[in-house]
Amino acid sequence: MIPLEGLLAWLLHAALVAFAAPVLTGFTRKLRANLQGRRGAPLLQSWRDLVRLWRKETVLAENASPVSEYAPLVILAASATAALLVPSFALGMTTAATSDLLLIAGLFALCRGAMALAAMDAGTWFGGIGISRESLLSFFAEPALLLVFFTLALIAGSTNLDHIADTLRTGALGLRVSLGLGLAAAITVGLTNLGRLPIGNPATDLELAMLHESMTLEFSGRSLALIEAGAQLRFFTWLALLAAIFIPFGIAPAGDILDWPRGLLTFGAKILLLAGTLCLFEAGTARMRIFRVPELLGIALMLALLAVLFLFVSQGYT
Amino acid sequence: MLLVLLAIVAALIGAGVAEALLPRHGRLVRTVAAAICLAGFTAIVLDLILVLPNETLLLPFGPLGIGITLALDGLSAFFLIGVFLAAAAALFVARDETLAAAPLIPVFVAGMVITLLAGDGFTLFTGFETMSAASWLLILSYGPPLPAAKAGRLYMTMAIAGALTLLAAMAVGFGVGGDFAAWRAAPPTGARAAGLLLLVLIGAGSKAGLPPLHGWLPIAHPAAPAPVSAMMSGAMTKVALYVIVRLLFDLAGPNPPLWWGVPLIVMGALGVLLGAARANFESDIKAVLASSTIENIGVIAVALGLALTARAAHLPLLASLALGAALLHVLGHGINKTLMFLIAGAVDHQAGSRRLDRLGGLVHFMPVTTACAIAGAASLAALPPMIGFAAIWMVFQGLLTAPRLGSFVLQMLIPVAATLLAGGGALALSAMLRLVGVTFLGRPRAVRTAGAHETSLPISLVLVALAATSTVLGVLPGLALRLASPALFLLTGADLSGRAGWFGVGTQVSGGAYYGAVPTVLVLAGIGTVIWLALRRHPALSRRARAWDCGFAAPPPFLPFGDTTTQYGATSLSEPLGRSLGVPLFDWQMATSIPEPGETGPARFGIVWYDPVLRFLHAPVLRARDWLADRAELIQRLTIRRTLGMMVAALVALLVIVALLEQS
Repeated sequence: MIPLEGLLAWLLHAALVAFAAPVLTGFTRKLRANLQGRRGAPLLQSWRDLVRLWRKETVLAENASPVSEYAPLVILAASATAALLVPSFALGMTTAATSDLLLIAGLFALCRGAMALAAMDAGTWFGGIGISRESLLSFFAEPALLLVFFTLALIAGSTNLDHIADTLRTGALGLRVSLGLGLAAAITVGLTNLGRLPIGNPATDLELAMLHESMTLEFSGRSLALIEAGAQLRFFTWLALLAAIFIPFGIAPAGDILDWPRGLLTFGAKILLLAGTLCLFEAGTARMRIFRVPELLGIALMLALLAVLFLFVSQGYT
Repeated sequence: MLLVLLAIVAALIGAGVAEALLPRHGRLVRTVAAAICLAGFTAIVLDLILVLPNETLLLPFGPLGIGITLALDGLSAFFLIGVFLAAAAALFVARDETLAAAPLIPVFVAGMVITLLAGDGFTLFTGFETMSAASWLLILSYGPPLPAAKAGRLYMTMAIAGALTLLAAMAVGFGVGGDFAAWRAAPPTGARAAGLLLLVLIGAGSKAGLPPLHGWLPIAHPAAPAPVSAMMSGAMTKVALYVIVRLLFDLAGPNPPLWWGVPLIVMGALGVLLGAARANFESDIKAVLASSTIENIGVIAVALGLALTARAAHLPLLASLALGAALLHVLGHGINKTLMFLIAGAVDHQAGSRRLDRLGGLVHFMPVTTACAIAGAASLAALPPMIGFAAIWMVFQGLLTAPRLGSFVLQMLIPVAATLLAGGGALALSAMLRLVGVTFLGRPRAVRTAGAHETSLPISLVLVALAATSTVLGVLPGLALRLASPALFLLTGADLSGRAGWFGVGTQVSGGAYYGAVPTVLVLAGIGTVIWLALRRHPALSRRARAWDCGFAAPPPFLPFGDTTTQYGATSLSEPLGRSLGVPLFDWQMATSIPEPGETGPARFGIVWYDPVLRFLHAPVLRARDWLADRAELIQRLTIRRTLGMMVAALVALLVIVALLEQS
């Protein structure tokens, strides 16, 4: 691994993440609007929203504490760190050694914690709804996610994301039933973590139907901009994560600069494919009743467990 | 070094005696005792870094002419770090306690140190029981008499049952006499080994809070004064774990069968689930923390079980990784749980209540304490970059790289345990968010809360020091693992050299998974600083206004903190969890009682739940205790002839035993 090129690739990755994350959110909104027969806002609308929020006055609740001021900062920093760890177009970036699945999950948990504390700070009740629901859902989602990690660790022998992507890309593994099951489980967990349909509905004006947005109701101006940017980064990170693990083809090695354009193009295509599929799915789905979601996540957990079992059986027990 | 530690034990007992004789100078005595513990902490850390501790000392006095053997090796030295640190902080904070049993606080510490230094079974048992008895008396002398007596009775019963089981364990495993060196030379085999395993896990496990005998922790730990609770949860549970490690890893020989780790993994995984779930339903700060102790002890037990299994399968690298994870968590949890209990004490003192329903908004009155609480809770919830995350990361890596151990049942057990650990981790985060959010954030739920002030400067300094230690060790987990190195080498034949360094921890020397704590923190801090500078450089308009609250009307003026019922509280935050998880685990239900027509009482609505462990496992023990106590009462009502007869019978029985012993 050549350090300089790895660093260059990482810097390019950082720039790509910073620019593309809001655009990706804009893209899904636009596509969803089109699918529902509306024209939708332009692709760059998310960027405009962020800039507008950054310029606007920040109104804090009277009894808000420093937690309200600093939690958005922590949320954005943790989301950005997670986004910087997930490889996009190149393998072998400077951060490759530390891009660990458990660490990424931990950073997502850090976002959840900071968001929950921020939501409780003003002492209003909409935040409580979101937190209590999220604590219910995370209990079912985290085990499923861990079992997906378990499947990957069994196949690749490590939880290092770079290593997993490399193994799945180059290894003649053939079609794996386990990976398919893992993908289904990972998508369900991802939808839960992001609070998207059918678990929560981010694009509604009914606060009770939101999972994450109910926690941001007391935030405005710059704080809201930081929180929104964090959410967009996490959405991007989840898609990049799914792409790196389950569609690992066409990733360029960081050492080969001439291969980067191809890597960038395939990465863009993969992300758009994933986002498009997600929009198609969301356009045809309604939000579930909150106490039905554990059943959905239970199915995800069972699928992930099946994935581990299939691996055990197919690799033979020693 | 052993002589230094012996002097510390003597000084601690001396401090207890001094305070009993001069009750007016308790404050001074406890400050001195805290300084002694801090000195012990420094000495033991230096000893671990500079020299490899391996000493034995035979004291010429002791029971029945066999003397007392003291021993210090890497394992006991590592556990001493956490105990001394927790004790130093707790003793310092305990300066202001006014308790009848306060002289017992240093004695309690001395008991823990004696247990860790013991080189024979008798000394181990003496230390263990000193620790139990002292903490029991401290519970009894604190708080309102009736609940204290109830918690004390439960605690004493579990302690006595545990002690008897532990005594039986040592007798079954190793016989009566001899020191640890002799025991190590002749490890038990077959049924005796199995008996040792079972009895140790029940005896020491009940003290540590391993299921199924964990139900008493959230009742007894909170019943003590805060510094003592801190030591009970932060240090005493670790001492019980030390007894488990000493007896099962060290003295039971290097080659126990492969399945030996299984009970530990099963008990630990259950503890993680049950403890973390219970922490979400408790409504007292200290009970939440004690439940979280069950969860964390479960994590450590899973790692210990994995290490035991890996060592039996001759995988020293995996064994040292798992044991390193366990030891790192022992230290991290010890520090953070001490911190959180001391914070609970400060909150109780300042806001007048430990009940979550009567707190709220303390961040405005106690900002430093709140910051420390957030740091401690983040570590207990295993959020990066705190020390709890580093330890849990290692536990998971151990589990993820260990799927090919043993039979198919064991192979399937490991993903199941990992699943429970992940679910428990999510619950632990929920519980910590609920604890911090309800206590410190939002609006006060009682007027009394608004009278709170920041704790005194010395106590704040202790809290900040503990939080800082935990954070530094979280960023540099290699530092703590370096201290664990002698213990790892002693028990598994390998340490983490090459795998744990300045920058992070890896599963293999090269390649494999790697948790780069320092790079992660640098990136996090770098991004955070950039955003912060951007916020500072271009200040935007900012103002305060009434909370938006989706447009709800302002509260009436006679409600100074708004309508308390519109704020989410301890019960409402765990309500969705209760409906789905609480129902099967704790028989969680909403209880409504509506008065009959004509009655004037209020209708009541509330949540009821109970821990089935208490009802089905602890209750029989309590009934057996009451039955025995009733029988024993009969002795007091004997006639003089029967009393004399019993004394003669006892004398004859003793003579017979002596005669039999002389013959053999």
